[in-house]
Amino acid sequence: MSDLNFKPGQAVDPQKAIRWGSLRVAEYRIYSMSKWMGSVIAYGLGNPVLYLVSIGLGIGALVDANSAGQSVLGVSYLQFVAPALLAAAAIQGVMDEVTFPTMDGFIWDKLFYAINATSVSSYQIANGVMLAALARGMFTVSLYLGVLVAFAAIPISSVLPLLLSSMFAAWAWSTVMLAVTARLERDEGYFAIIGRFVIAPMFLFSGTFYPLQLMPIYLQPIGWISPFWHSAELGRTLSYGAAMEPAMFLVHIGYLLFLVVVGLAFAYPKFKQRLAK
Amino acid sequence: MSQSANDVVIQAKGLTKKYKDFVAVDGIDFEVKRGESFGLLGPNGAGKSTTMKMISSVSQRTSGELKILGKEPNTHGPEIRAHLGVVPQKDLLDRELKVWENIFTYGRYFGLSRKFLKGKVDELLEFAQLTEKRNAKADDLSGGMQRRLAIARGLVNEPEILLLDEPTTGLDPQARHVLWDRLFRLKEQGVTLVITTHYMDEAEQLCDRLIVMDNGKIMAEGSPAELIKQYSSKEVVEVRFGTDKNEKTAEKLAGLADRIEVLPDRILLYTAKGEELLAQILESGLHPVTSLVRRSSLEDVFLRLTGRTLVD
Ligand SMILES: Nc1ncnc2c1ncn2[C@@H]1O[C@H](COP(=O)(O)OP(=O)(O)O)[C@@H](O)[C@H]1O
Ligand SMILES: [Mg+2]
Repeated sequence: MSDLNFKPGQAVDPQKAIRWGSLRVAEYRIYSMSKWMGSVIAYGLGNPVLYLVSIGLGIGALVDANSAGQSVLGVSYLQFVAPALLAAAAIQGVMDEVTFPTMDGFIWDKLFYAINATSVSSYQIANGVMLAALARGMFTVSLYLGVLVAFAAIPISSVLPLLLSSMFAAWAWSTVMLAVTARLERDEGYFAIIGRFVIAPMFLFSGTFYPLQLMPIYLQPIGWISPFWHSAELGRTLSYGAAMEPAMFLVHIGYLLFLVVVGLAFAYPKFKQRLAK
Repeated sequence: MSQSANDVVIQAKGLTKKYKDFVAVDGIDFEVKRGESFGLLGPNGAGKSTTMKMISSVSQRTSGELKILGKEPNTHGPEIRAHLGVVPQKDLLDRELKVWENIFTYGRYFGLSRKFLKGKVDELLEFAQLTEKRNAKADDLSGGMQRRLAIARGLVNEPEILLLDEPTTGLDPQARHVLWDRLFRLKEQGVTLVITTHYMDEAEQLCDRLIVMDNGKIMAEGSPAELIKQYSSKEVVEVRFGTDKNEKTAEKLAGLADRIEVLPDRILLYTAKGEELLAQILESGLHPVTSLVRRSSLEDVFLRLTGRTLVD
């Protein structure tokens, strides 16, 4: 048995604590995440390898053979789909790291309430969850890029542009899911529904496997609203110089940033309201 | 900040919290001084936790004034919370993390350095008697250990005020006594304690001063001794005549004591001299099944104030 020895109220510098609150939350989230490092890596490597084999050896070979190097795409099929696959990997990565911690934080273990009892504020909790999710997204995308480069599916010069384009998608999606999850009062399997009826169709109908323009016009709006398409188009232009009007370039970036702003604009007040109840 | 023994660290005036139309805390006034151990005693639903959440500067009050450490919680929440330790009614531990990690990660939120925390974690584990459990998952601890871990976590920032919401609810008697002992030590350390409880023995043991709450209102305020003196007699005689006979017998006892309370299972007679009264009862030919003479407690104060018992 021992006694504590301290002078109450001397240890903490409030200004310093307040300044770095968001990063502290992110640090904690990443620490918790690191306990699952094995599956994060397995998942991060397994997916791209599967896609590479399936698309590179299968569909890609077929498409490239039939277009005999003169394709409408102007590049190998893999180079064309890579930006979209990376956007998908980034979005999947942040999805898990936003939704589960937020459900846990508000509903299951209510950990956000414990965090909010410290000098950390409600919006810093939201930021921290978002930042940690982005770190996870970035990690997943980096693994993916590593595999693509290792298999010579993309040139090394494409790595940074594609990291950038896919992280824009990740950022947009993380804030949207932050806002959606913060509103949930119960776990009623929404995420399975979102995965099946929102993410999957967006992935399939957003010009992932062929240019969006080839779709009937009435299906194209799915692409227009989807972060996949905007991110993939950005990635195509940045990585191999796919033709794009400067105005469209701004539209793509603008739309993704717009989602970020909207997501946070809904997430922050909801976090605040729930924690201040 | 001044360290004078008498400065007020919590000040509430007309403090009110409504959930929609329901008034959970109904315009209460109180002050807590530095270094004192202050209690909120009341039955379930009295509004204790709601009051605690407002003091912990997270829950927004509906109206009234509140100052914590001289600051306004609505605008200075994070600054105030930097100097509070909060032990919520539900422990809210990270069940996936190990015991030491729960304390360490919590300390990081306060911006404390890893170096500082390394030593601090050991010290707190020792204090909470959890050193042997340091690498266990929080989920695998017993209820009493989880509560001690929550207290250790709440102390990681060396707080000026430690807020404990029902610290011993759900613990067995031995675990309660261990916890009380820890809290005494903290008080000696100069930490201001605010404790809610619905156990009157806990309030008597731990609190220098307390408010008795019911239905969101303060029914009485004072030290345990003052409250007992003001609202009860020195001693109480408890007699049981059997469930259906208590009511009838009470009529015959009227006049013998200063005051009589008839509960479903027993009759309480309030008097300065318990043994004399009991002797009188036996002489008058009444034969209680069981009887006992005891000191008045806060339970009696609460019964007097509300007509109900604290724990039912
Ligand atoms: N979030 C809430 N929404 C609606 N009512 C609440 C909420 N929290 C507490 N209450 C109600 O407020 C009253 C006081 O609750 P509480 O402060 O938890 O009491 P205590 O801690 O004294 O048991 C109870 O009637 C409770 O049902
Ligand atoms: Mg309570």
